[in-house]
Amino acid sequence: MTLARNFAITLALALALLVISLALTPFNNLRLASVAYYFTALAGLTMLTGLNGQISLGHGALMAVGAYTVAILVGRDGWALVPALVAATVVTAVVGSLVGVVAARLRGPYLAGATLAFAVGLPGLADRYPDAFGGQNGLIIPPPQPPSGLGSTFPLERWEAWIACAAALLAFLALSNLQRSRVGRVLRAVRDDEVAAQLSGLDVARTQITAFVVSAACAGLAGGTLAVVTQLAAPGAFTLALSLSLLTGIVLGGLGSLPGALWGAIVLVMLPTWSDDIANSFSLSNDVQSNLPLALYGVVLMGVIVAAPEGIQGALRRLGRRMGLRPAMSHEEEGS
Amino acid sequence: MTRSMRRRGLALAGCLAVAALLAAGCGNTGDDGGSSSPGVSDTTVTIGGHTPLTGPAAPGYSEIAPAAKAFFDYINAQGGVNGRKIKYVYKDDGYNPTKTVSVVRELVLQNKVFAIFNGLGTPTHTKVVDYLNTSKVPDLFVASGCPCWDDAKSHPFTYGWQTSYKIEGRILGDYIKKNFADKKVGVFYQDDDFGQGGLDGLKEELGDQIVAAKPYQPGNTDVAPQITAIQKAKADILVDFTIPAYTALGQLVSFKVGFKPQLFISNVGADPITVGGLLKSFSKGKADTALIEGAYTDGYLPSVADTSNPWIALFKKIHDQYDAKAPFDGNVEYGMAAAYTFAAALKAAGDDPTRQDVIDALNDGKVAPGPGLVPYRYAEDDHGGFAGTQMGRITNGKIKLFGTPLTAEPSGGPISPYDKPQETPEDTGVVNAQS
Repeated sequence: MTLARNFAITLALALALLVISLALTPFNNLRLASVAYYFTALAGLTMLTGLNGQISLGHGALMAVGAYTVAILVGRDGWALVPALVAATVVTAVVGSLVGVVAARLRGPYLAGATLAFAVGLPGLADRYPDAFGGQNGLIIPPPQPPSGLGSTFPLERWEAWIACAAALLAFLALSNLQRSRVGRVLRAVRDDEVAAQLSGLDVARTQITAFVVSAACAGLAGGTLAVVTQLAAPGAFTLALSLSLLTGIVLGGLGSLPGALWGAIVLVMLPTWSDDIANSFSLSNDVQSNLPLALYGVVLMGVIVAAPEGIQGALRRLGRRMGLRPAMSHEEEGS
Repeated sequence: MTRSMRRRGLALAGCLAVAALLAAGCGNTGDDGGSSSPGVSDTTVTIGGHTPLTGPAAPGYSEIAPAAKAFFDYINAQGGVNGRKIKYVYKDDGYNPTKTVSVVRELVLQNKVFAIFNGLGTPTHTKVVDYLNTSKVPDLFVASGCPCWDDAKSHPFTYGWQTSYKIEGRILGDYIKKNFADKKVGVFYQDDDFGQGGLDGLKEELGDQIVAAKPYQPGNTDVAPQITAIQKAKADILVDFTIPAYTALGQLVSFKVGFKPQLFISNVGADPITVGGLLKSFSKGKADTALIEGAYTDGYLPSVADTSNPWIALFKKIHDQYDAKAPFDGNVEYGMAAAYTFAAALKAAGDDPTRQDVIDALNDGKVAPGPGLVPYRYAEDDHGGFAGTQMGRITNGKIKLFGTPLTAEPSGGPISPYDKPQETPEDTGVVNAQS
């Protein structure tokens, strides 16, 4: 029943995205693609942090693993796109399981510190092994060719949006099922009280590793699609700032909820544009302008935490309740 | 169950609807204009560029785009080119290739620029060359001397501008070979096509005379291992193919470890005002241009210190009027000279310029070097920029050029003097645009 329902929702979303992407200009299709790959990453992270209560400051690095996997397989070895994206997901999941084993032994600030080190350290490998990873230069991926059946004038950006949206929908389908499954309930149980979970016969460490693996798989898929869309895998894309903004994204959107991950993705994509607009309309100096997005992140984050601690999705839900549109969500339902 | 399904479906549909609205709302702000060519209207031509206003390459290079804009402002105040004003939109990419990709696509798709002009950097611009050529957007006068821009067959829309690093390497190497024949040479270079191009040129002339060649990664500021390795190889001469920040970092390390070779700096990293400023800020005021005094370098434009040169006089006038906040240094000159080249190409493209018209004008050799000391290589099958350089030396904190300008092929063939005199601004008919 749950499966069928989630299938139906995913299908409806796919149709909606198809219509949207047909209506958008190429540039906005590119934005749509960015929203889609950010959503894929945020959905995975919100599962880990919101549902399982583990923090990760290293998801940017996990995205890098996916991106470089795709870049090497497609750019260097000439693989087709779909198997390369599958490989990126699998490889990153394996890396994630290693991180997860470490993570399961660490709590709170120590976990944050360990994943932080991962985020800072991993992109350094590109500099250490420039022959394999191209150093700061990165690896170039040829632009994905739209199938000839779509006509010769089919814009590249729309095709990229389709690829990224397909990946995002897959992640959505998988995670929305997982959320409602036994695994999802176990994840929540471990988050809420590890001792109680253990007493109920749950294997806490294994659950935490599972959460990391699933979440890393999403990050890998997201990184792979990012590489396809930007046609590049380079360390500059996977800085610590990315990891931090992913975390910001899930908090802004609403921890633990998939619609919240969508809100977070939209904010992450649009915020730099908005801050540019602000900077331009006040004709600020370059030094101010270039730092404005970060400052704006901070301000928006503080604002959201003060005004709506449950994030955008939480605020909307509250608004909906107040307006009497729908009954209060049960605790189990959204897991927040 | 069905109820929660409806709720969730509604919530997501709502999200998507808002997403679509947001996306559509920030839609077309681009200037479609009345002409058939993107970016060209009856009164304006809009061009775009990516440049490091922040990040490791920003010191010095962040002055280039504003200086080019100042030159366009001046031309626009004179009536523009063929009656059209040049609108130059440049965006910060922080010398980060990933950011370059996104700002260039934004410029092409959102700002609908006629051409990408003077996109700065080798590691950055190489990531958009394929995209620009597939989209048939003229990619003019890349602000980098990578030999890779000169590839008319696979990249017919891309044109280099400054002298290829390979040619520069050959001319510097030739000078060393003739004047320091028995000295050992060490090379400190950026680990990308910029440094590699220069090293290839040097190797072609010097061969075994090079005893050590050590690369650095831009972004990593610890260069002590490279410099000490070159010192250990007993090099008498150090050639830097570095951006200004790394010229400064390298010299500070050399100073600390007591390594005092005769220094050669490629044009890119030699501007004394920029490097001097960086030395000062890195050493908290303890070092200055004295650390690069006496270094040999080369140039394809007149020295900014040469105030009697009519181009320098013109650039100084424009600088004082439109860009006075920046120091008047080699970066400002670079930006203005590149802007001149675009204005000249646009003028040569005729009254109703299409993208192809600009390409044709360049391929037919209709664009004269203007402030350049040597001609452009532009032709149907050659998209390289300036054909050579003139040797110079940093004396009293200023670059003094000496000898005659030299031209060379990127690979093989002789290095030959070029003795045609430089044009004056009036000769070109571009700067006084109404004429």
